[in-house]
Amino acid sequence: MTYEQAASTIAERFSGVTVETGAPLIVSVPVDQWRAFAQFAKESLGCRFFNFLSAVDWKDGGLEVVAVVDNLDDNVSLRLKTRLAPSPAEAGHDEAPRCASLVPVFRGANWMERECYDMFGIVFEDHPDLRRILLGDDWQGHPLLKSYAVDTPHPPYR
Amino acid sequence: MAVKAPIPEVPAPVWRSFKDLQEFEALRQQRPEGDKHSATFESLTEGIHQFPGGFVVTTLADTFFNWARKSSVWPVTFGLACCAIEMMATFASRFDVERLGMVPWASPRHSDLMIVSGTVTIKMAPMLERIYAQMPDPKWAVSMGSCANSGGPFRHGYHVVKGVDRVIPVDVYVPGCPPPPESLLNGLLLLQEQIAHFRRTGQRAAPNEKVD
Repeated sequence: MTYEQAASTIAERFSGVTVETGAPLIVSVPVDQWRAFAQFAKESLGCRFFNFLSAVDWKDGGLEVVAVVDNLDDNVSLRLKTRLAPSPAEAGHDEAPRCASLVPVFRGANWMERECYDMFGIVFEDHPDLRRILLGDDWQGHPLLKSYAVDTPHPPYR
Repeated sequence: MAVKAPIPEVPAPVWRSFKDLQEFEALRQQRPEGDKHSATFESLTEGIHQFPGGFVVTTLADTFFNWARKSSVWPVTFGLACCAIEMMATFASRFDVERLGMVPWASPRHSDLMIVSGTVTIKMAPMLERIYAQMPDPKWAVSMGSCANSGGPFRHGYHVVKGVDRVIPVDVYVPGCPPPPESLLNGLLLLQEQIAHFRRTGQRAAPNEKVD
C-alpha cells in the first residue's frame, strides 16, 4: 500500500470524498460518511493506529473535526476532515453540532471525543460515555470555541 | 473484524454531593477567617494584659511562642507545576531549609505553612482550599512564582485562577518564573520575620516593606 494506491482506492469507493495527494493524505469526508470512511480506512487501507482527533472552529464556516489514522506497517498516514454546522453562538440557535462517533471503530477515540465535546461542544452520536473529561462537571460553555470570550468569569475563583 | 462492545456507562461523580464537602462549606461560611481569632483566648489574654504588670507576661509569652513557631515551620509539600522543582531543590541538601528548622512534610494536618508552588486551576482551587482548611491554626501561606501570584503567563487562560490569593490568604509572595531556590529562601526568611511579629488578633501581619 502506497499513498497513490490509497488515493485511488478511496476514489473508487467513495464518490463524495475529496483527496489531496501528499503525505499525509488529506481526506475531506462528508459528515454522513464519517464513520463508514473510518471503518473503510481501518479495514481496507490498514490504518489501524488511531493517532488523534481534534477540531477547528472556523466561525461562520462551521466546526471541522480532524482525525489522523496511520497504517504503521506501510508508513501511510491519513488526515481525515469533516465539516459540521457552526457552533450555536455563531449560528444563533441552541442546536449543538453533531457528528458520528468513531468509538465503535477505534476505541482510542473515546477520550479524544470527550475532550472534543468538552472544548468545542460537538455532540458525538453513539458515543458510550459523552461527558466532560478535563473541565469540571459544572462548567458553563466550551472554552476553545472562538466565541468564548477571554477572561470569562468563573465565580468564586475567577 | 470484530468490533468490541461499547464500554458501559459509569455515572459521573457529582462533586457537591459528598457529605464532608458540604460540612466543610458550612464551616467555611460560619468562620471565614479560620481559628485565628479565638474569643476565649483573646478575653483571657486581655484580662492578663490589663492586670497590673500583666503586660510583661503576655508580651514575653507572645515572644516565646512566636520564637517557637518561627523556629519550626513545617511546610506542607504542595507542588503544582514547575515551581515545585525549585521548591524541591530548596528542600534538598544544597539549599537545605532544614537549617531554618523547616521540615517538608507530606501531610497538611501536621504542617503550618503551605507553599503554593505553581499554577492554580479552577478545578484545583477547591482542593487547595480544603487542604488549607485541614492545616491546624495558626497557619501561613507562601505564594511561589508568577502563576500563584497573579496567574502569570496563563492569566488570560480560561481555566486559571488569577492569583492564589483569590482562594486562600497569602502572607508572602515570591516573584519569579520560576523563582530560584535563593528567592524562595528569601521569602521564607521574610515569613519568619512575619511570624516573629504574629499577634493572635484575627488580622494578618502587615506586608514586609523592604523586599530585595
